[in-house]
Amino acid sequence: MTLRNITEHAGEWLRGAGPQSDVVISSRIRLARNLAGFPFVGHANRRQRYEILEACRSHITNKRLGDNIIWVQLADAMPTDRQLLVERHLISRQHGSSKNEIPRGVAVGGDETFAIMVNEEDHLRIQVLRSGMQLTEAFEQINRIDDILEERLEYAYSRRFGYLAACPTNVGTGIRVSVMMHLPALKLTGEIDKVKRAARDMHLAVRGLFGEGSEAQGDLYQVSNQTTLGKTEQEILADFEHTVVPQIIAYEQQARQALLRQREDQLDDKIWRAWALLTHARVIGTEEVLQLLSHVRLGVNLGRLDTVDIRTINELFLLTQPAHLQRITGSEMDPATRRVARARLIRQRLGVR
Amino acid sequence: MKNKCDKCNRPATHHSVEISKEGEKVAINLCDACAAEEGLTMKSAHAPINELLTNFVKLHSGGASGEGESGKSGEGGSPKDTACENCGTTFADFRENSLLGCPMCYKTFEQPLSPLLERAHEGGTHHIGKVPRRAGVGEQRQMAMQRLRRQLDDAVMAEDYELAARLRDDIQQMEGER
Ligand SMILES: [Zn+2]
Ligand SMILES: [Zn+2]
Repeated sequence: MTLRNITEHAGEWLRGAGPQSDVVISSRIRLARNLAGFPFVGHANRRQRYEILEACRSHITNKRLGDNIIWVQLADAMPTDRQLLVERHLISRQHGSSKNEIPRGVAVGGDETFAIMVNEEDHLRIQVLRSGMQLTEAFEQINRIDDILEERLEYAYSRRFGYLAACPTNVGTGIRVSVMMHLPALKLTGEIDKVKRAARDMHLAVRGLFGEGSEAQGDLYQVSNQTTLGKTEQEILADFEHTVVPQIIAYEQQARQALLRQREDQLDDKIWRAWALLTHARVIGTEEVLQLLSHVRLGVNLGRLDTVDIRTINELFLLTQPAHLQRITGSEMDPATRRVARARLIRQRLGVR
Repeated sequence: MKNKCDKCNRPATHHSVEISKEGEKVAINLCDACAAEEGLTMKSAHAPINELLTNFVKLHSGGASGEGESGKSGEGGSPKDTACENCGTTFADFRENSLLGCPMCYKTFEQPLSPLLERAHEGGTHHIGKVPRRAGVGEQRQMAMQRLRRQLDDAVMAEDYELAARLRDDIQQMEGER
């Protein structure tokens, strides 16, 4: 298993399946962990970082975590490979773009259901990604990975503060639960801001497709917890499963129904214009694609448009990103050439000439 | 992102980007009313977006002592400018980039850190989640050592040198087990 193999199709988390997948794209959980006896990454010198990297790598490639684990030494990786991993949400932007000389890596396994970053902000950032609303399954998996790693690695832990992390916002359980949601109707009706405010009042963060600082491209929003101290992992998960996510889903569904009732023609117009552009454009940029895909996806979910399935749409969200596009076409391209190749790829995948 | 509506002068609450016929990106900023007129958006009464980032750096930029968004000068500021013995990080360093240097920093800065953690974590002050088995053992060992050391002090005070010698052996043995 190499990076080459993962390019062609989207990972498990974009299958477009799983519970509530018309609104919930994916469930993600990550744990921040640090080794006892070392400074945090930001304060470790090069030699220490290398020691941390080696200690973690030897245990991560442990057979018990799976047979087909890909280990990528990021400092040696090609820029497009790193970008590819960012686009697939297997590493953070920060991890992908750090200076080359900083020893760091990532292990990817279990059909891309998990990734373990080494020497990001913390020594270890373990992450599990699933399609649809599957937080319970994701937690079981990540907890097992954590247990296996913990047998060999001594974590920095204090009785009062729990798992110690470089940033105190991650201390305690070190858990970050993120649910990526497609909220086109709330965006169209302008109610998304209300949801964002409500989420913040509940101490949740709302971010875009690529996390911190990224705008909500394609009407994709990640909702995640901010509180990691003073609550158990189960309490944090239960908040999401029983309160936060069902509420946002309900708002989105209401907004979709309201659009259908009150603005049916305008809604259909948006959806079909998006479809027309996707199937006929000859030059197209990523941002525009994401917005058009969002409207088409809404159309499919509402049964207004049946010329494409959700899985294809989900995959296009990913495959039209720069690194994926270059991988699929097998060549490095400048942005202008990419816009042409992107339009062609979309037409191919949508089965039009 | 503009704060004023493109069509009138009211505060803009809808922000989006459209691609013009020439392929240029055009930022669109509208208020509720104008957005509703544009077609899809429905009228709904709500306050303008308050994009207040509740991130931690901002939370503690007001200083550990003061409530609210007042003073950046932080009169309550640096309660101590001591550096972490282990990694040299000072509390001022932490304020600068919101990252600590090593696990021991949590001990060193426990005092000034506590109110910040409490605010960042909805009042949470103590961890109540998963406990790593290994750290659990380590903590038990550390507690046992502390207890033995206290007993040793007591024995020395009481001039019970026989007991003190035995306790010292126990402590040395435990230290060897690490
Ligand atoms: Zn206006
Ligand atoms: Zn320190």
